Amino acid sequence: MNENTYDVIVIGGGPAGLAAAVSARDAGAGVLLIEREARLGGILKQCIHDGFGLLRFGEKLSGPEYAEREIDELRKRNIPAKTLTFVTKIEKERGRFRVHAVSRDGVAVYETAALVLATGCRERTAKQVFIHGTRPSGIFTAGTAQHFTNLLGELPAKKCVILGSGDIGLIMARRLTLEGAQVLGVYEAKPTPSGLTRNLHQCLYDYDIPLYLSHTVTRVFGADRLEGVEIAEVDENMRPVEGTGRRVDCDALILSVGLIPENELAEGLGVEIDPKTKGPVCDGQCMTSVDGVFSCGNALHVNDLADYVSENAAAAGKAAAEYRRIGRKPARLNASEEFLYLVPQRLDLNRSNAGTTVYFRSRCDYNNARLVLSVDGKEVFSKRYAFLRPPEMERLELNFDALGLTERSDVRFTLELQGGKERAQ
Amino acid sequence: MKETVCIVCPRGCKLRIDESGGDLAVTGNACRRGRDFAVSELKDPRRTICTTVRTAFPEVPVLPVRLSAEIPKARIFDVMREINAVTVESRVGRGDIIIKDVLSLGADVIASSNLLKEIQ
Ligand SMILES: Cc1cc2nc3c(=O)[nH]c(=O)nc-3n(C[C@H](O)[C@H](O)[C@H](O)COP(=O)(O)OP(=O)(O)OC[C@H]3O[C@@H](n4cnc5c(N)ncnc54)[C@H](O)[C@@H]3O)c2cc1C
Ligand code: SF4
Repeated sequence: MNENTYDVIVIGGGPAGLAAAVSARDAGAGVLLIEREARLGGILKQCIHDGFGLLRFGEKLSGPEYAEREIDELRKRNIPAKTLTFVTKIEKERGRFRVHAVSRDGVAVYETAALVLATGCRERTAKQVFIHGTRPSGIFTAGTAQHFTNLLGELPAKKCVILGSGDIGLIMARRLTLEGAQVLGVYEAKPTPSGLTRNLHQCLYDYDIPLYLSHTVTRVFGADRLEGVEIAEVDENMRPVEGTGRRVDCDALILSVGLIPENELAEGLGVEIDPKTKGPVCDGQCMTSVDGVFSCGNALHVNDLADYVSENAAAAGKAAAEYRRIGRKPARLNASEEFLYLVPQRLDLNRSNAGTTVYFRSRCDYNNARLVLSVDGKEVFSKRYAFLRPPEMERLELNFDALGLTERSDVRFTLELQGGKERAQ
Repeated sequence: MKETVCIVCPRGCKLRIDESGGDLAVTGNACRRGRDFAVSELKDPRRTICTTVRTAFPEVPVLPVRLSAEIPKARIFDVMREINAVTVESRVGRGDIIIKDVLSLGADVIASSNLLKEIQ
């Protein structure tokens, strides 16, 4: 075998890439991991708060601790990892992949039979939010604030407003407060919060930081540096209600308005993207629509727990190691409109689907819902949920092999709502 | 009747605490730890802190740290002042103690990353 030739190349060295590389190696594959940053660990390097690892390690760990444990596993197996190496392009040639990467040593091309894309997600930025006014400095994402505070040790704000109630924003509200900054409030345009309930409690309520639902920022003030923002109430259609605007003086506006899977490389390969998850459409082995290309972690769909990312990535890594070119026999997994999304979106009936993990989110807050799996109109599985909330991802393990599916089967997930829709406070 | 949310694990169960009968009745918890959390929330709410501490090494300006045990919620900012008064001057590793028994609260401030050993 040529020195630049591998069975599996994993792109991205966050928790997803690390777990995928380790499990591919354990399944006997020759693996290379490529990461563009200087250090492995992905976004967890800057997530210094705890809450990671309860499922995977049975311990409450901080992000760096969790990532470092995963890095230790990689090192124990002597899996080569190229850092400060950016994958720019991937070509598919006669069923194999040529991965072009740039590093300080120049450009290199690596060849592989299977690819795992573990490129994580990125934050929505100010460009994707409509706000009137100039563009003074002092407007940045929660992840940028996290980078400054936790890696560089520089407090990016003294008195700030947070727009959006995503988890990173909530976590940064607490973090900045601990370091002595004043967080005037978290403003959320939707009538329900985007972040996990526990983060509302432990990050906002514990520190008396107010949360304003159905409110948004409509204007920013200041020439070079931000001096204030205008806050207004919004109606059901998320449009500002006239006459409700008021000015709040602050030196920073921190955005926590959502995450999007990072899939430039996948798109370059012609991978089909699911408009609901914004990540690749995949099967029970995490294989995308392009044979031999696997996707996992936040590149596949935005998870709220690193533990789930590792679990999903380990499955992808193993499947990539075991990948052989055989024809596919796809069966769609349909989900009713009460689901925000459901992953995987299809199954490959030529492979075993005996222990398939299904991840989903509900579209709205539902109380007392019954999830029903039916095949050709016949109920084959059901599960009750006291409540379902979009911010809280659910997972199910199902044995699809027992259902005798064919390519023509109508496999359908529905949510029956007994309690009706309910908006959380 | 009080309502709160258990923050012990990511499940985040909604707890109802009824004190009317003299005995605490907790409902909504999916496991035992939820009851313990509810009792402690009423009698002695405790939290942990995750933060950073300054270092003397320019390539790693701050090192992530956390507490080894929970402390009374009301003492969070006192402990933050202690942590922010420290500068780490040796290459400590993950799990090493930065401040022993901070403010005699029964918790150590420990390093939560190997950064200083990794980046030399
Ligand atoms: C700012 C931020 C804060 C977050 N906070 C939390 C949190 O507190 N708790 C939590 O559970 N989850 C959090 N998340 C979600 C978090 O991303 C996941 O839990 C987990 O880290 C996802 O793992 P991952 O490996 O899929 O992605 P990441 O950790 O993002 O890793 C992806 C890696 O791929 C690399 N990469 C991307 N493109 C290329 C390329 N072309 N070439 C080479 N390398 C590349 C990146 O540099 C990165 O290291 C946060 C996400 C963000 C963006
Ligand atoms: S009650 Fe148990 S399951 Fe529910 S959040 Fe607390 S620790 Fe988790």
